[in-house]
Amino acid sequence: MSKNDGEIRFGNPAELHGTKVQIPYLTADKNSFKRMDDEDKQQEAQSPTMSPLASPPSSPPHYQRVPLSHGYSKLRSSTEQMHPAPYEARQPLVQPEGPSSGGPGAKPLRHQASLIRSFSVERELQDNNSNYPDEPWRVTEEQREYYVNQFRSLQPDPSSFISGSVAKNFFTKSKLSIPELSYIWELSDADCDGALTLPEFCAAFHLIVARKNGYPLPEGLPPTLQPEYLQAAFPKPKWDCALFESYSESMSANQQPRDLNRMEKTSVKDMADFPVPTQDGTADDKQALKNTMNEALPKDVSEDSVKLCYFPSDLPLSCCRSYSSTSIEEAMKRGEDPPTPPPRPQKTHSRASSLDLNKVFQPSAPATKSGLLPPPPALPPRPCPSQVGDRFNFCKAFYSTQIDISYSQAPSKPIRRKFRPENQSTENQEPSTAAGGPTSVATVKPHPTVQKQSSKQKKAIQTAIRKNKEANAVLARLNSELQQQLKEVHQERIALENQLEQLRPVTVL
Amino acid sequence: MVHTSMDVADKTISTRGKALVKQREPYLGLLYPIEDYKAYGYVTNSKVKFVMVVDSSNTALRDNEICSMIRKLHSFCTDMVCNPFYNPGDRIQSRAFDKVVTSIMIQVC
Repeated sequence: MSKNDGEIRFGNPAELHGTKVQIPYLTADKNSFKRMDDEDKQQEAQSPTMSPLASPPSSPPHYQRVPLSHGYSKLRSSTEQMHPAPYEARQPLVQPEGPSSGGPGAKPLRHQASLIRSFSVERELQDNNSNYPDEPWRVTEEQREYYVNQFRSLQPDPSSFISGSVAKNFFTKSKLSIPELSYIWELSDADCDGALTLPEFCAAFHLIVARKNGYPLPEGLPPTLQPEYLQAAFPKPKWDCALFESYSESMSANQQPRDLNRMEKTSVKDMADFPVPTQDGTADDKQALKNTMNEALPKDVSEDSVKLCYFPSDLPLSCCRSYSSTSIEEAMKRGEDPPTPPPRPQKTHSRASSLDLNKVFQPSAPATKSGLLPPPPALPPRPCPSQVGDRFNFCKAFYSTQIDISYSQAPSKPIRRKFRPENQSTENQEPSTAAGGPTSVATVKPHPTVQKQSSKQKKAIQTAIRKNKEANAVLARLNSELQQQLKEVHQERIALENQLEQLRPVTVL
Repeated sequence: MVHTSMDVADKTISTRGKALVKQREPYLGLLYPIEDYKAYGYVTNSKVKFVMVVDSSNTALRDNEICSMIRKLHSFCTDMVCNPFYNPGDRIQSRAFDKVVTSIMIQVC
């Protein structure tokens, strides 16, 4: 019959006969942590040693104290703060002679070591195999949730950080000494920036809880408290689509279909195959459209996330122009030309007006009355609805990059779109984010049955081209101004970085 | 010796301030050599002075190595000051800073 380690070490005859005997152990003196200040001696002497693995405290100053499952005795020295010793360091307890430890005149045990732990030999052998040193530093789900709630009470934004002064005021409520708190800060503030992110805050809070519960602070930050480890354990926030607000002209009430909200999920491949308003519908145009959409769609967005909004087939080709009295179909049936739009205002380009493109492209009443510019020519004739058929189904693709692909007969005017995230919907945006280029537009080839355009209409087209060139010139000038501003900002940034280098030099060995 | 080195550092800083306003080289170089020791200086933008005293018999240490060592010390000192529980002017009681200084000393020796 071979003896195991526990039997050899303790040589208990009762254990050899199959009887479980609990053998108390005494912690070694070298593992005790002596306190510096007398106040903490008195305060810590009254509280038993606790485990940080217990449920999180209800509030930072008052930590919940739950004893370990193995059971510590309630005896505690008034001069030493005891910690569980490694299993190899424990010695069998010799029963002291004289009065029993429970009596009123009981003497303290050897070296006033008061932390007595009871173990069976079987439990001793099991715990030798377990990874005991990492246990106190493992953050449970319950603790993590509590730490996150505490962080949010100080900083509502989880992706932000807590400044040093706020964290100092918060952590001093734990009643730990300043040197210990300073050391905990050194361990938890991994990037040494004087502020705590959420993982760093959780690590610091857990170290404080562990220290309050009697565990000695580690020499280095344990792997389970590293920011990378804790960051991976946090639930990742759901990816929210950004909100875009359009400043373009909206359709009039009589042109808006009733079922605009009808959404259909399609894949990117299917989206490229919807009817394209071209004359012959060649494969080249389809391929170009498919390439455009594949480039615009980010890699991490699944194909099922792309939604299409199909408009009814009786919509007019130009969705952006409103007519007061008659619809386009009635006008086409009568063979009338649509009414001429009001004249454009005179373009006086300045820095302020270049930043606000709406003033360039929207008509204004005073300019209309002044009559400085001749009214623009009539629009070119549109194909009949019978010729158009169901091929002209207009769709607007809503997907993660929020790129609108619209189809119209002539190149549309540049539409100014403003990026407004949910959390910054009220903030003013920079001009660089607001001034985007014109959206990608696919032009419709004229139908072969359309009547030949008169010279007047050709002049109208040339005038429209000239107007678009002027708009392009405005955009180019705006682009150059923004580029200049960007260059100045870059130079300023480089200067600031140089100053930062002088303030905090890079270590070069 | 250290106090004398501090006086020399102050004089060097004032001289540099008059001559070159824009050029702020924090490393002051050799301040005060005596028979057995050499004192090197370094001043930060916030006028914190570092004085490093080296044994003269140690010929392995060149000027650029001492400069890089003091720069490293300055960097870790900056990290230590970022600790909100440290009050500027108090005695430095940081284990991490002690480790850095010890590693520098071991590297020198």
